[in-house]
Amino acid sequence: MAVLRAGKTNNEADQPSSPVLRFGPDKPLKLDAGTLLSPFQIAYRTYGTLNDARSNAILVCHALTGDQHVASTNPVTGKPGWWEVLIGPGKIIDTSRFFVICSNVIGGCLGSTGPASTNPATGKSYGLDLPVITIRDMVRAQQMLVDHFGIEKLFCVLGGSMGGMQVLQWASSYPERVFSALPIATGARHSSQNIAFHEVGRQAVMADPDWHGGKYFEHGKRPEKGLAVARMAAHITYLSEAALHRKFGRNLQDREALTFGFDADFQIESYLRHQGMTFVDRFDANSYLYMTRSMDYFDLAADHGGRLADAFAGTKTRFCLVSFTSDWLFPTEESRSIVHALNAAGASVSFVEIETDRGHDAFLLDEPELFAAINGFIGSAARARGLGV
Amino acid sequence: MSVNGSQRVDLEVVANLIPPQSRVLDVGSGDGSLLELLQETKQVDGRGLELSQRGVNECVARGLSVIQGDADKDLEFYPDKGFDFVVLSQTLQATRNPKLVLDELLRIGNRAIVSFPNFGHWRVRLSLFVKGRMPVTKDLPYSWYDTPNIHFCTIRDFVNLCEELGATVEKATALDANGQKIGLSMPWWFWNFFGQQAVFLLKR
Repeated sequence: MAVLRAGKTNNEADQPSSPVLRFGPDKPLKLDAGTLLSPFQIAYRTYGTLNDARSNAILVCHALTGDQHVASTNPVTGKPGWWEVLIGPGKIIDTSRFFVICSNVIGGCLGSTGPASTNPATGKSYGLDLPVITIRDMVRAQQMLVDHFGIEKLFCVLGGSMGGMQVLQWASSYPERVFSALPIATGARHSSQNIAFHEVGRQAVMADPDWHGGKYFEHGKRPEKGLAVARMAAHITYLSEAALHRKFGRNLQDREALTFGFDADFQIESYLRHQGMTFVDRFDANSYLYMTRSMDYFDLAADHGGRLADAFAGTKTRFCLVSFTSDWLFPTEESRSIVHALNAAGASVSFVEIETDRGHDAFLLDEPELFAAINGFIGSAARARGLGV
Repeated sequence: MSVNGSQRVDLEVVANLIPPQSRVLDVGSGDGSLLELLQETKQVDGRGLELSQRGVNECVARGLSVIQGDADKDLEFYPDKGFDFVVLSQTLQATRNPKLVLDELLRIGNRAIVSFPNFGHWRVRLSLFVKGRMPVTKDLPYSWYDTPNIHFCTIRDFVNLCEELGATVEKATALDANGQKIGLSMPWWFWNFFGQQAVFLLKR
């Protein structure tokens, strides 16, 4: 287990334990910020086998703090892949049938070029010298990875939350390369409230004296307290009031009575502290700034004169959108407005809203109705793509 | 949104009106029976709009392309003539604004197919005439206070509405209580009296 420790640079950032594709000066990544990123690298994992026709590839896009280890043990945490409930041999997304690709996004911290990576120009970590990365930049890089595999058309692109934004960007930027798209618990833009929560998180990181203007590696430090607070605040938005109440209520943590102090008297406090503490072991603080910023900047309609339908004009891609009733980060209305835009564009679209009290995080959990919808959608798309039953 | 207790004998009549490989929007697709029938027998490019989330989830799990939505509100998002056929099967009487809905169907589809229970059927008339009570029949099993069917019409009423909207009736079929087609040669009053359900193919 390669836990990220204070004082050390992030080894997974430069030399990840997963395969890496390196792009030299001849293949720079064009960034929305107006500059070129070069050289750069993409760390990825694949599962299953690409068929001869190269028609069975599924690209999975990860969320804010996810990574490429979607269906296998995470080398940093030692925990199962973040979507192993869904993806694997014999699972809903069956890796004995499909070739599943998942890459760490640009700006991430597990092997694709990001703020924790070493800047070849200085020999030090990029820190804030890395240009701001957008969702479209991430997708542009993924497209270069897909090219590397010689895949002209992905059978499906799927992902939740920030991953769902990438799915929408894929479908909009490269419609001819996406046979089916499955954006889950996401939106075509980040709402004001969501930007607000992200700003709280970023300010918490930057307020930590160990952040050092983003140059903490040079000082042998990491802004762990700030990042933990950012994670605690964000974690609340991934749940719902009902789920919090069901799980924790006002239960006390390992004690019989209130202590009249500021220890974690309540279970929910202890739980959040634990979430914050374990998060800093696996995530880079600057990368957190970049990831949240990429979501804030995302506004697919704005890129098309304010008309979301124009982002999907003439699309042949088959879409299935999924939202959750208790998700207040990306409420159903966000998905519905995408559905309306797709209707207006004449697209083939399914839309499922799933009843659950588990909030935004429901997309990562074992939700039978979610799995039934994905199964039905993937199954019919596979038949249409000639991939057998 | 299927609000009729019968075996949906109209489904096959509807399916027979649709040529293979058509683009079809099924408004009120229920559990997806019609879309599935059309995909299997006619290889149509089918989409559905369904009010109940349970129905939608069932449809998507069966591999159908269906979204949750309300015929009264969500048809405006579809482009003009985006489909060869728009089907409204046993749903018109449950909409808040049937005239607007029918108008939208004619805008979205090159043709619209509408099926509905005929409130002019003799059993309905008899119930009201003899018992003096709102009819509750095998096909219309709801009481007046809990029925989702808020805008009933007779076959004659529907023909009038079509005229008002400038729609041409290309084909019309009435089904009797046993789901049998009533002979084409019969006059409107006969259909309106003995037809339990009606299926119309419209164009504008």
